[in-house]
This record gives sequence, C-alpha cells and structure tokens, in this order.
Amino acid sequence: MTVQSTGEAPSLSQSRRLFAVLSDHRVLVSLVALALLPWLLPSKALAVNVLIYGVVVMGYNLLFGYTGLLSFGHAAFFGTGAYLTGIAISRWGLPWFAAVPLAIVASTVLAALIGTISTRTRGIYFSMVTLALAQLVYYLALQASSFTGGENGLRGFTVDRINLLGWQVNFLDPVNKYYVLMAFAALALWVQSRILNSPFGAVIEAIRENEQRARACGYDVERCKLIVFMLSGAISAIGGSMSALHLSIVPLDSLHYQTSGMIVMMVLLGGARSFFGPFIGAATFLILEDVVSLWTPHWQIVVGAIFVVFVLFLPKGIWGTLLDLLPFARERR
Amino acid sequence: MDLSLIIMQLFSGIALGAVLVITALGLTIVFGMLGVVNFAHGALFMIGAYAGLYLASLTGSFWWGLLLAPVLVGAFGMLIEFVLVRRLYGRSIDDPLLLTFGLSYILVEGVRIVFGSDGIPFPTPSQLIGVVDLGVGFFPKYRLFVIALVAVVLLLLWLMLEKTRVGLIVRAGARDPQIMRVLGVDIGKVWLAIFGLGVGLAALGGVLAGPMRSVNPEMGTLVLAEAFVVTVIGGLGSIVGAVVAGLMVGICISMVALFAPEMATIVMFALMAAVLLVRPQGLFGLKGRA
Repeated sequence: MTVQSTGEAPSLSQSRRLFAVLSDHRVLVSLVALALLPWLLPSKALAVNVLIYGVVVMGYNLLFGYTGLLSFGHAAFFGTGAYLTGIAISRWGLPWFAAVPLAIVASTVLAALIGTISTRTRGIYFSMVTLALAQLVYYLALQASSFTGGENGLRGFTVDRINLLGWQVNFLDPVNKYYVLMAFAALALWVQSRILNSPFGAVIEAIRENEQRARACGYDVERCKLIVFMLSGAISAIGGSMSALHLSIVPLDSLHYQTSGMIVMMVLLGGARSFFGPFIGAATFLILEDVVSLWTPHWQIVVGAIFVVFVLFLPKGIWGTLLDLLPFARERR
Repeated sequence: MDLSLIIMQLFSGIALGAVLVITALGLTIVFGMLGVVNFAHGALFMIGAYAGLYLASLTGSFWWGLLLAPVLVGAFGMLIEFVLVRRLYGRSIDDPLLLTFGLSYILVEGVRIVFGSDGIPFPTPSQLIGVVDLGVGFFPKYRLFVIALVAVVLLLLWLMLEKTRVGLIVRAGARDPQIMRVLGVDIGKVWLAIFGLGVGLAALGGVLAGPMRSVNPEMGTLVLAEAFVVTVIGGLGSIVGAVVAGLMVGICISMVALFAPEMATIVMFALMAAVLLVRPQGLFGLKGRA
C-alpha cells in the first residue's frame, strides 16, 4: 500500500475498515438485508420468491461462480428438493422437519450420481452433459406420474401451519411465511459462508483459476469437483424445499431446462462469484418479469435481451460490478 | 413380434437419426472450428422449421421452403456471429455459450409473437405422400426421402471438406488458427462462413423434421438436448462421430419405442451416460478434449 498524502486518506481507510467488518460478518449482514426485504419490495409474495430463488441461485453460485463449472441442469436439484418435500408430506405423512432434511439428502444423492458422470468431463462438455442428465430427470418425473403427478405436477398437500417446537405458526400469513422460510435461508447462508471460508473453499477457487496448477499442487481435482457439485445441489435443494412449503404444489416445470436456464440468468444478472449477488440476481429477474409482463405477455424477449447485454458488457453482474467500483473491495469479496 | 415390423421400425429409426445427424453436425462443425457451442442451435432448428413452413406457403411449394429456409436462416446465423458472437472470442469459453443461451430466449419468444404459441401442422409435400413397398413392408415415402437427402448432404459436405481448397483451409484452421493467420488467410471470414453453415444445417434439420413432428416454439428444447446427446456420444468436433452417434440414437429411440414407448426419450440419455462412463471423450472424440 502506498503512503497516502491527501486529506481524504483517513475517510478511505475508515470505509475500508467498515467494508472489512461488513464482509467478515457477511452472513449477518445478508440476513439483515433479507429481513428488510418484504418491506422494500412491492409485495410479500415477490419477497418470498426472491428468498427462495436467492437460496437456489446461491447454491448454484458455489458451482458456477466459485468453482467455474457452468452447469445447465441445476433444476434437477431444485426440483428434486421440492418434489421430495411434497411427496414426504403428502404421501408419507411426514412433518415438515422430517420432510425437508429427507429431501435435501435425496437431492444430494442425485447430485452425487449426476456429478459422478458430469465431472468426468470438462469445459463445454460439462454444460452439455448436465443439461442432458437434468432433462433425463425431467422425463423420469414425467413418466413416473403415479408418484409425481406427472404433467399436472404434485398436488394434494397443504402446509397451512408450521410446528415450531410446539408453537403453531400460521403459515398462510405471508409475513409469517417469509420469516419462517428465512430460517432456511439463514442455514443456507451460513453453510455457504462456512464452505467458502474453509481451506476447501480456497481449493475450489484454485480449480477455477487454474485447474492444472491445482492438480500440480496435489489436490484431487475430480474429487473436489464432485464434492462441490454435491454441496451445490444440497443448497439448491433447500430452496426447492422452501418452494414446496410455500406453494403447496410442485409444478413439473420446476425440473425443466427453462428453470435451469433461469437459475443461470439470475446468477449472471446478480453477479457470479459474489456472496450476496444471487439474491440481487433473483430480485432483478423476478422484478423484471413482474414489471415487463404488465405491458406485454412476451416478457421473455425483454429479459433475454437484457441478459445478452449483461453477457456482452456487464459479465460481473449488478452486484459484482458495484463491488468493483469500491477500490478496496476487489481483494476481498 | 413380427420381424417385418422390427425392420420397418429400424427404417424409422434411421430417418429419425438422419435428422439428428444433420442437426448435430451443425453443432459439431462450429465447435470443431470456433470452439463455441451454440446453445441457440435448438431455437434455430425451430426457426428453420417455421421458415420452411412460411416460405412453402408463400411460394406454394415445399421445395422452395426446403431450399431457401436453410440459406436464409444460415445468413441470419452469420449475422449473429458478426454482431454478437465475434465480440466474445478470446474471452472465457462460457461466454459465447451464455450469450447464445440468452439469444435462444429471444428467438423462441420472437416466434411466439409472430406465429403464436400453438403448434402448427407442417403438411407433407404432395409428391411424397404415401408409402413405398420395400419388400418387407410399406414405408412412408417422405421418410425415405429424408434419408436420401441427408446422405446426399453428407456426401457434399465430405467432398467440400476433403477435396476442395476451402475444405483444406477449414481443416487447417480448426488445427491452428494462428498459423492460418500468418499464412495470410482471413480466419475471421472462415469462422463467419462456418457459423453460417452450422446454423444452416440446424435449419435444414428443422425443415426436414417439420412433417415428422409438430412445429411449435418449444420444439427446440428437446432438439437441443438430442443434439447434445449425439455430439457427446460421438465426440464433440468429430464429424464421423456425429453421423454414427446420430444414427445410433435414432435407431435406439425407435426400437425402444416399439417395446416400451414411455422409455423412448429416456433411453438416449441413459445411452449417453453409459458412453461417458466408459469413454468421457465420446466414441470418436480426441482424448484431452473432453
């Protein structure tokens, strides 16, 4: 660091210190921001969706943003999380606190299977293979209609109250719903932050920067990729569980390529490789969808065009670009 | 099970596979040259089907649609390369992929605006309605025509790549674009042409598939997945691989459809997974590229 001669130096170092404190407590700061969200957005329903997709995209960000693996099949884990939660509640009569962990475990097993095949490939192959295998899961769910409800999606379960240690929370109230679901988001945020702060978090970033060098340093690159693939699937599955509890139905589309693509769009709009970017991305996408569909049913053409502009000119997304404007933020995210 | 039924289903599989071959070939040629996987390939296949349908009704003849749609959509592909994809050479390999993915969103929605969201029937050309007696059974004329046309296109492509000066430049450019530049070849123009060729092949696949499957804005999604499966099985960048894997997948799908129709779509993904476990680079792929 060079010696600073002007009078603005103290204020710069102050804001630098503030930023350092904020990013050291990023889970807490993110939770404060999320707690305020329902009061900042025009509707509570929108806030719930931002929360759910924020978690899904955050899990995806671990794989794409931090490890550099562009998967086009993450709907498989989001959808499996949602389906298993719904099936466990409706068909097996399990309470939510048993259904959600079960769904996350099942999605992680699926991620292990898909990851075993897809992490054997590299680069563009990886994107194509994850897309194809996720479509396989989609068609399996379509065919197994006695189990999943097929084309109509999974229906016939309602989550109207949540039992929190004997305290019955009315889950139909949107504010209650939001803050109950925020507990799941808190768990996901904490796990994500813990992974990124660990030595393993450093290894996955090393793999992104230079796979060969990471291998030369003695790391088992294939194993790390598989592990991060499973972790990423597990976190996205938390979002899937949240979605099932929220909607009380699981549409078949939650497994479709369109959903995988939406997750990719959200992470890029917000900012891949930034901690809070996924929530910004989810909010941007969902607000765009809401606003544009007010004046045209063809909102996808507008969102697609904005996405193309982002790829060309703002590849770091909204949050990533904002962070880059802070001169001291580049070294720590 | 009747043997002639199995043979007929085999022919159906080859016809289905022929369309897959043409579509996957477009994808694999572009990758082999430019190192870009076009995620809008399925959407451009769909645009090809719509363009063929529109031009056929405009001119009153299927043949004009078949001829003009690949040319026009191919030219549109060149525009895409020139305006958008070109900016991303030298950046991360993910960027062209993301860009073309966003583009597919725009194209699908654009077609919905112009032609509506519902499927449109694509009439079989009058000359090709009916069946041919193959000795073992009757086979639709149109499917036989598709097989023959794809064989001709493959032969022309092979002649172009192996026997002409242009083909020599293309093959050398795939190996080492830097050297080609040093030798005074404007590699940018070659890439432009190849991208257009790839998109044109997707559009040709779309027109050919039109009378065999329903034409709707979402048809590209399954086609994209199918083309990916074929290129992954055959080996990305390998032309022989695309041909062999395309026919293999087509035959596999129609054979399974005979015995267990509900598994027909699933089986190709399973086939891909099995090949990846044994040969991650695909059947004809070069090692180290996967």
